[in-house]
Amino acid sequence: MRLGFNFWLGATLTALVILAGILAQWIAPFDPVLDADLMSSELPPDATFWFGTDGQGRDVYTRILYGAQISLTVGIVSQVINSIIGVTLGMTAGYWGGWWDDLVNGLTNVMLAIPSLIFALAVMAVLGPGLPSLLIALGLTNWSWTCRIARSSTLSLKSQGYVQAAQTLGYGDLRIMFTQVLPNMMGPILVMATLGMGSAVLSEAALSFLGLGIQPPFPSWGSMLTDARQLIQLAPWAALFPGLAIFLSVLGFNLLGDGLRDSLDPHMRTRKP
Amino acid sequence: MTTPLLDIRDLRLVVSLGRSAHHPLLKGVSFQIMPGEAYGLVGESGSGKSVASLAVMGLLKRPLAVSGGEILFKGQNLLALPKREMRRLRGNRIAMIFQEPMTALNPLSTVGRQIAEMFVLHQGKSWGEAEKLAVEALGNVRVPNPDRRAKNYPHQMSGGLRQRVMIAMALACSPDLLIADEPTTALDVTVQAEVLRLIKELCAARGTAVLFISHDLGVIASICQRVGVMYSGCLVEENETRALFEGPRHEYTRGLLGALPRLGSRSEHGRQRLVDIDSIISDRSKLTESRFIAPRDLEGSQP
Amino acid sequence: MTAPLLQVDDLHVRFPISGGGLLGTGRRALHAVNGISFELAKGECLSIVGESGCGKSTTALSILGLQEPSEGMIRFRGQPLAGPGAPGRMDRAKAVQMVFQDPYASLNPRQSVRTSLAAPLRLHGITAASEIEGRIEAMLKNVGLTPEQAGRYPHEFSGGQRQRIGIARALILEPEIVVLDEPVSALDVSIRAQIINLLLDLQEKLSLSYLMISHDLSVVEHMSDRVLVMYFGEIVEEGGWREIFEAPTHPYTRRLIAAIPDPDAALNSAAKPDLYPTMPQLVGRSFVSDGSTPPDVFTAPARSELIEIGGNHRVRMAVA
Repeated sequence: MRLGFNFWLGATLTALVILAGILAQWIAPFDPVLDADLMSSELPPDATFWFGTDGQGRDVYTRILYGAQISLTVGIVSQVINSIIGVTLGMTAGYWGGWWDDLVNGLTNVMLAIPSLIFALAVMAVLGPGLPSLLIALGLTNWSWTCRIARSSTLSLKSQGYVQAAQTLGYGDLRIMFTQVLPNMMGPILVMATLGMGSAVLSEAALSFLGLGIQPPFPSWGSMLTDARQLIQLAPWAALFPGLAIFLSVLGFNLLGDGLRDSLDPHMRTRKP
Repeated sequence: MTTPLLDIRDLRLVVSLGRSAHHPLLKGVSFQIMPGEAYGLVGESGSGKSVASLAVMGLLKRPLAVSGGEILFKGQNLLALPKREMRRLRGNRIAMIFQEPMTALNPLSTVGRQIAEMFVLHQGKSWGEAEKLAVEALGNVRVPNPDRRAKNYPHQMSGGLRQRVMIAMALACSPDLLIADEPTTALDVTVQAEVLRLIKELCAARGTAVLFISHDLGVIASICQRVGVMYSGCLVEENETRALFEGPRHEYTRGLLGALPRLGSRSEHGRQRLVDIDSIISDRSKLTESRFIAPRDLEGSQP
Repeated sequence: MTAPLLQVDDLHVRFPISGGGLLGTGRRALHAVNGISFELAKGECLSIVGESGCGKSTTALSILGLQEPSEGMIRFRGQPLAGPGAPGRMDRAKAVQMVFQDPYASLNPRQSVRTSLAAPLRLHGITAASEIEGRIEAMLKNVGLTPEQAGRYPHEFSGGQRQRIGIARALILEPEIVVLDEPVSALDVSIRAQIINLLLDLQEKLSLSYLMISHDLSVVEHMSDRVLVMYFGEIVEEGGWREIFEAPTHPYTRRLIAAIPDPDAALNSAAKPDLYPTMPQLVGRSFVSDGSTPPDVFTAPARSELIEIGGNHRVRMAVA
């Protein structure tokens, strides 16, 4: 597997985010919620407060580190839900065809037509704000492309001899799908999932920015941006660093996905020697 | 003595596997094709027969590269020719047809237009003239209703018809040499027979020489006057067709011929066990050490 | 006389093609198989030959249970194999198996040889690890591979070896009938011979009955006991291998055989004599088609019948 520059850069950025999230408790100099000293609010970056402080006197650096936990959780969990929904619907649609396929296709088309953020908003409106509802909302929104890919992979894999052989050997449909078809389409699915992580982080930022995601005072990069809106002129660092964190982590996930796709592609194409 | 149309001398070809690792694909192949002659190159996968033809056409791409030898076409070394010159030869004086016509035909352009393109490009005809010539060309390859068919797109035609279109394109400019790389392998038996007959007749009528590449010994026997057998990048035997089939000299050729189930042999001799080539060949790695190249019969080499 | 192992009775397969008219009301059907009947006896090798579109693959798929017949009956040892009363897929798996054409696509690239062979055994209730291992070893030896190779993955094998693995997989459940779908077409000439020899050896050793689908007539002549020639969904001629290859009667069969690029035929071109005009049973009758113009596949074929012209030889003629 040839892994190019894209992959390594993306992997590095992703690793940074993961490390930040895992080690937050140990490497953060302050507490993200409690260490709020109004006397030291809106301080520029210096030796104590590496990224400065926000409007409430909290250390931005600490909150960035803790915010990574949220971003990672959102990114991973929502993508797992997406993949499960997308793969299940797409694979069964491709394998069984008929009315089920028509139904899934119709549903996919509808989901693709609705702006995902609006849909997520609608779900959050029903479920109320907070991390769990955020995860469910994002999980229910972005499965369409995964579904499409799973469906087309299944269609092409269905005609492979070994799938027909499995049918002849007495395997049932579900067993064939999960033991023969699914393992052979993991590549594209994984790539979709990594790319989806970036999109999930952006959605979380948007929803939290709108006040629907993570509620204050818990740090999430999106809600940090909301808080920093009024301070743009007084304390631009309070907005700069969360913005930069979002940018770099989404970039990292996207590059990782791109790199994976590039290295998996020729591997998938190995045919006659 | 006639000069050969195509004279391949000690051709060597390698595929590069990274930094300085090279794997040889052709290990010094030499053979000649006379004007108007049908020459067959037979071998199994990995023998190098297809890459040899790509080398002649100048279609080799990285990581494949020629590492030695000459390819003389009418006296000119094709390997030393600048790209522009090679392009003028390709399609015009040397043409090629492939196994899968869909890869050679543009799916977005009508068949008639694609054939007409050959006349415009290589013979400088106007589009109007060229399209008329294209219809004629389709008629020559026995496509029924050529004027209607010229307006078809490739996907509207069956495999056999597409193959005929490819032949029409290849022979449009009456090239001196036609390279056919497994042109009938993907076709049904009866369609294959017709296409082979077509190639044979058209080339005989125009004096076009043919380099016919196939793994199918029966097909080679029905078209070619002279046959070269390739194994692992070397030409291990070459002879007149009849002589090769009736008296193969090289172990590998004998193994290959013995491995074929022959029509009519079961009626005469009962079911014979097919020769397992590995049981009669003592050592596959030594196969390329001996070669049997029969000299040409210089008088009366009329095809 | 022992009952035939497999009986196919008036098999029809039609594929609905939707299109034309709103909501698919202009429904047409592609007539892929139009009423074929034949039998397969134990230990026999029956080949179905024909060109693309003749319905041979569809017939094979129907027998395997991968294609639902539109009409007709398929019986295995007297019991229905398709349609109502058909056994479940598990029982069918123990009766009929298939060897696929493309050795590169017929093995799951993510499963080792051992897994590919063990999984069907486990599925069918054989769970003892020692027994599974034993059967796998025996089967690998049967097909000319070594037990040490069981842990490897398909991409580590050559085309011929992969085909051997495919054969091992088809035989692991000990079926009585094996459908061979162009078993050697994708292989090199020298490997073909090895696989053909292997298939014939296994047939004898394991008392297998073969239903071979092929377009390669020289292989068919070598391996078959009986041959069915199919043309657009119908059997146009059937008989023993000798009858078909030495006395082909239907014009389509004659065209097929004449078209075979056989080296001896090419070098010594001698066409088979046309015996049809002199056969007493066929006097005054004509062929429905001569096999040169394809019929319309969306309509049922014209009426015709199979006439017996020899002990083991039948040919399709127009109704008198």
